[in-house]
Amino acid sequence: MATRTFGMNPAIALVLQRIGIGFLLILAISALLFIGVELLPGDFARNFLGQSATPEAVANIRAELGLERPVVVRYFEWLGGVLQGDFGESWANRQSVNEQLFKRLSNTLFLAAVAAVFAVPISVGLGMIAVFFRNRLPDQMINVVSLAAISMPEFFIGYLFIFFFALLLGFGSGPPIIPRDPLWSLSNVELVALPAATLVVVVLAHMMRMTRAAILNIMESAYIETAELKGVPMMKVIRKHAAPNAIAPIINVVALNLAYLVVGVVVVEVIFAYPGMGQYFVDAVTVRDMPVVQACGVVFAAVYIILNMLADVGAILANPRLMHPR
Amino acid sequence: MSPFVFGYFTILIGLSSLAAYFGRRDAFGVLFTVTLLSMIFGLLWGQTAFIGVTVIFIVIIAAMGLGYCFREYMVMLLPDNAARFMKSAPLTASFGMLMIILTAILAIFADVIAPYGEREIVGDVWQPATDQFLLGTDNLGRDMLSRLIYGAQTTIAVALAASVLSFAIGMFLSFTAAVVGGWVDQVFSRIEDMLLAIPTLIFALVVLAALPQNIFILVAVMAIIDQTRVFRLGRAVAIDIVVQDYVEAARLRGEGWLWVIFREVLPNVLTPLIAEFGLRFSFAILFLSTLSFLGLGIQPPEADWGGMVKDNKDGIIFLVPAALYPGAAIALLAVCVNMVVDWLLNRTASLKGGRG
Amino acid sequence: MASLLEVRDLRIGATVYPPGDDPFDIEIVKGVDFDLEKGKVIGLIGESGAGKSTIGLAALAYGRGGVRITGGRVLLKGKDLLRFTKAGIRDVRGRHVCYVAQSAAAAFNPSMRLADQVVEATVLHGIMSRSKAMERARYLFNVLGLPDADNFGDRFPHQVSGGQLQRAMTAMALCPRPDLIIFDEPTTALDVTTQLDVLAAIKTAIEETDTAAIYITHDLAVVAQISDDIMVLRHGETVEYGPVKQIIEAPREEYTKALLSIRSDIKKEAPNQNEALLKLENVDAAYGRVPVLFDVNMHVPSGQTLAVVGESGSGKSTTARVITGLLPPSKGQVLFDGEPLPPALPQRSKEQLRQIQMIYQMADVAMNPRQTVEEIIGRPLGFYFGLKGEERRHRVVELLDQIEMGEPFIDRYPAELSGGQKQRVCVARALAAEPRLVICDEPTSALDPLVAEGVLKLLMDLQKETGVTYIFITHDIATVRAIADSIAVMYQGKVVRFGPKSQVLSPPFDDYTDLLLKSVPEMELGWLERALEERRMVSAGH
Repeated sequence: MATRTFGMNPAIALVLQRIGIGFLLILAISALLFIGVELLPGDFARNFLGQSATPEAVANIRAELGLERPVVVRYFEWLGGVLQGDFGESWANRQSVNEQLFKRLSNTLFLAAVAAVFAVPISVGLGMIAVFFRNRLPDQMINVVSLAAISMPEFFIGYLFIFFFALLLGFGSGPPIIPRDPLWSLSNVELVALPAATLVVVVLAHMMRMTRAAILNIMESAYIETAELKGVPMMKVIRKHAAPNAIAPIINVVALNLAYLVVGVVVVEVIFAYPGMGQYFVDAVTVRDMPVVQACGVVFAAVYIILNMLADVGAILANPRLMHPR
Repeated sequence: MSPFVFGYFTILIGLSSLAAYFGRRDAFGVLFTVTLLSMIFGLLWGQTAFIGVTVIFIVIIAAMGLGYCFREYMVMLLPDNAARFMKSAPLTASFGMLMIILTAILAIFADVIAPYGEREIVGDVWQPATDQFLLGTDNLGRDMLSRLIYGAQTTIAVALAASVLSFAIGMFLSFTAAVVGGWVDQVFSRIEDMLLAIPTLIFALVVLAALPQNIFILVAVMAIIDQTRVFRLGRAVAIDIVVQDYVEAARLRGEGWLWVIFREVLPNVLTPLIAEFGLRFSFAILFLSTLSFLGLGIQPPEADWGGMVKDNKDGIIFLVPAALYPGAAIALLAVCVNMVVDWLLNRTASLKGGRG
Repeated sequence: MASLLEVRDLRIGATVYPPGDDPFDIEIVKGVDFDLEKGKVIGLIGESGAGKSTIGLAALAYGRGGVRITGGRVLLKGKDLLRFTKAGIRDVRGRHVCYVAQSAAAAFNPSMRLADQVVEATVLHGIMSRSKAMERARYLFNVLGLPDADNFGDRFPHQVSGGQLQRAMTAMALCPRPDLIIFDEPTTALDVTTQLDVLAAIKTAIEETDTAAIYITHDLAVVAQISDDIMVLRHGETVEYGPVKQIIEAPREEYTKALLSIRSDIKKEAPNQNEALLKLENVDAAYGRVPVLFDVNMHVPSGQTLAVVGESGSGKSTTARVITGLLPPSKGQVLFDGEPLPPALPQRSKEQLRQIQMIYQMADVAMNPRQTVEEIIGRPLGFYFGLKGEERRHRVVELLDQIEMGEPFIDRYPAELSGGQKQRVCVARALAAEPRLVICDEPTSALDPLVAEGVLKLLMDLQKETGVTYIFITHDIATVRAIADSIAVMYQGKVVRFGPKSQVLSPPFDDYTDLLLKSVPEMELGWLERALEERRMVSAGH
């Protein structure tokens, strides 16, 4: 409990607590994805075999994959493996999941990072413009356009980009997009321009709307009026009074949307046939290759939870009430 | 310089000057920004850029005009109270309402309206648009327009079923949690917190991979994943109301919980709940389409918008726009629902502020 | 020589945007004139919506939330503020004119240290160097009686109390040595004992620095202590304007006279002979593990009024929650008519519930906004007595007549009623149950003085007619004097004094009651000085 940690800054205590909760949550979700999913009606072996599921074949495959042993035992074996960095082997091709997973994870992180580098400044900037022109024409236009962007499915944006930019205007590459070595290079940034742009559009609207709401909330507070009534020039009001208080909500908004972006990657990778983790995941789901499905599911959930956790930690650290207790 | 480019710039500069002359500062700012950007993009990409801007401009003007006419039409037809309500709708919202109504009509009367059957092969693969096939044919030679219309039926029906179910579960659980309180609230909230911490799409894909493919399971999975969002809102709203003095007054009077929920709480949260339902519905459309696009939603040969994008995506490389039509349909419907929701949400916000 | 501030025919308007209707303009201030000499204080007084804050902000050429100045002149040292450029106005704000807001807690930036905010304007306008300004801030903290004045400025706003923040904001306004300070209800949000300290600090500081001030409040007794001139405002127009002595001692207008005579007719204390209707015996209560009530004992005879007095956090509202059963006591019991009441709400019978009714502080949120007056008042009639249709409507009209509103209001929604009318409907809803005891939780503190007066009178008349018993929870001693038969004074969850009114309000006092009584502003000149003098003597004696 935060209140019992004598001599410790409550903010630090809260942060530690939040991190602890985050890891517990990841553990709980791994259990849910492993055990919970097996408790569902439906049979892994039968699903995996699909049309060719004769009773003998099902029994054979169950024995071969070790499915007849109790699920809890298998979960802890699996968890032990994961903690040592071993995600087991794929049912489909009997290869280790690890090798594929880590290579594809770095591809995915590269794509997400390129998208984030553009999305964050653009959306925070647009959010500020919207606040500046609050309730006037530019704000209303940004509002309608962002509403439209929120409502567009990722694959529509993606194919629209491929159709108009890659094919009609000859700008950027269409599918399949396979990054060359070394991964983190400028030529690859150019290569992933269109998938990254799709991701940017997908998170831009959300991030912009949340930024706008966060900043508006601050600009309407009484201490901004106080500063104005002290004769402080507008730019200085924003820099000295609004910005320090806006950091926490903006960090929060950014982290939440990065989490969203990592999930949005799944669809974008399928559209552009990009060899990332999302593609790997969807392929495994289609052939019911459960070890791969579970491994990807847990990694995606972990990234998502860690980013959410960072959002909370950022908010705690930027809160003067917690950093400077009474 | 072609006459088109000449006309384009003449109109833009003319409109900018008019806006400046009549003191419409914001309109002038926007118009002139477009003019300057056009010059830059014109140098980069030539005339194509202008065509894009012109098409977007014309579409927006047409949509706004349609929205305006529809609003005035409804104000004329509706009785006094409803007309007042309708009059407060911005053009975006009234355009959204019109399109939702039209889509609903298309979906309900699909059998009568669609020119061809849902699974009927009527021509060659990916034929271009002609008088016979208004939007061309798809990857198996079926009529694209007919499939779009039938697709509306499937997509809307499944999305609606999922959002109704999600809403029912979420509302029931959240109101129970808020009203009963204590450990019931604790248990419900912790479970919902955990479900909320898993990204929806990932969760759905894992679960759907483990389950047999079937439309009822699809609806149930979508509803169970989505109800966490309803739960969160429902609980916040209900707790907000439960602490109001008028609810306390009803409790002190000795009223039962059913009276409190149905007579004191619900009438006051109806608008935000309707708005939330719209939001859930538009999310369900997008979610269903994404699942279908990834091959885990509605299974072929049944027509649904997400699945149609998947079927026709390979045509894109040959410049066949067949995959873009269902994508545009999804986007349009979701945009329209969101625009109506946006209006409803703003309305509740302004009502709260206005009653100080 | 010209005055420091001359306001001539000031008109202020705003545009209202009702959803679904065309926007229209309203006028908030309709032509107001006044003058302010250097070093003098003018008090602006009026009920909510009188336009007093709007006028105050006009001296800073500022309109809050879409409000704009539509006409007239605001001359500061002979120059019209309304013709200044933006930069010119910025130069006036924080250099010549400063502002003290009602809620200092919201007006300070939560992420900046207090001293940095206090000296900001002074340094920004180049009036003093930063170190000089810091020195002056420490001096002002000292003058304003802030604890540990040398280090006070190192703290963050959330680390100090509300009363201290209010004084820090005054220091912020005084720091650049302005010609004029606008005080916008600076003590309204404070407890009565804190109010006295802040008021005294403001008065001392104004005198020592010889700055002029506009003091805005709704409390005539407060403004009488601090102003040289008073302007009474109503609906954006001047009712009466003159020196403080004339306004307080010889008011000309009826409205001013009404404001002055508030709560002056003191109810005669009823002889304490009836049986106790309600009795609290050794009640302890806690929210979770936090104890809030300690050994509370009080009782009220049938047909009389018990006033429970205390500041925020004293446990007076918790006492009401214990009586109604919302918070079962952890120890002790509540006796009603000699019988113990079941501690928790669900265990009580419908008849027991009917006999105790409640009236709330905020009438707005005590009524369901989606129900008409008929439904609101009619529900207890149907619920307890099974009245329906015509019969029920007839009884609702009777009750509406009793609260002096009548049939025309029966189909209205709460949003269509004024503040006083809303509270009256709540009174009618309580009466509809024909209760024997009504708990009134600060029913008049959110109302304007004259409206509150009307509601109090109504409550007293109803008591005479029906013989109902009241438990009246309030922080306002003036109200207590006017209506109570017996009084319980609460402090930090304990009853520090309980008895008949005459006994509680006469010496010898315990320390807290003494402090409380001496802190209540009285409508006479020089009260503040005397109160401070007495306090000084007491502290010297200790």
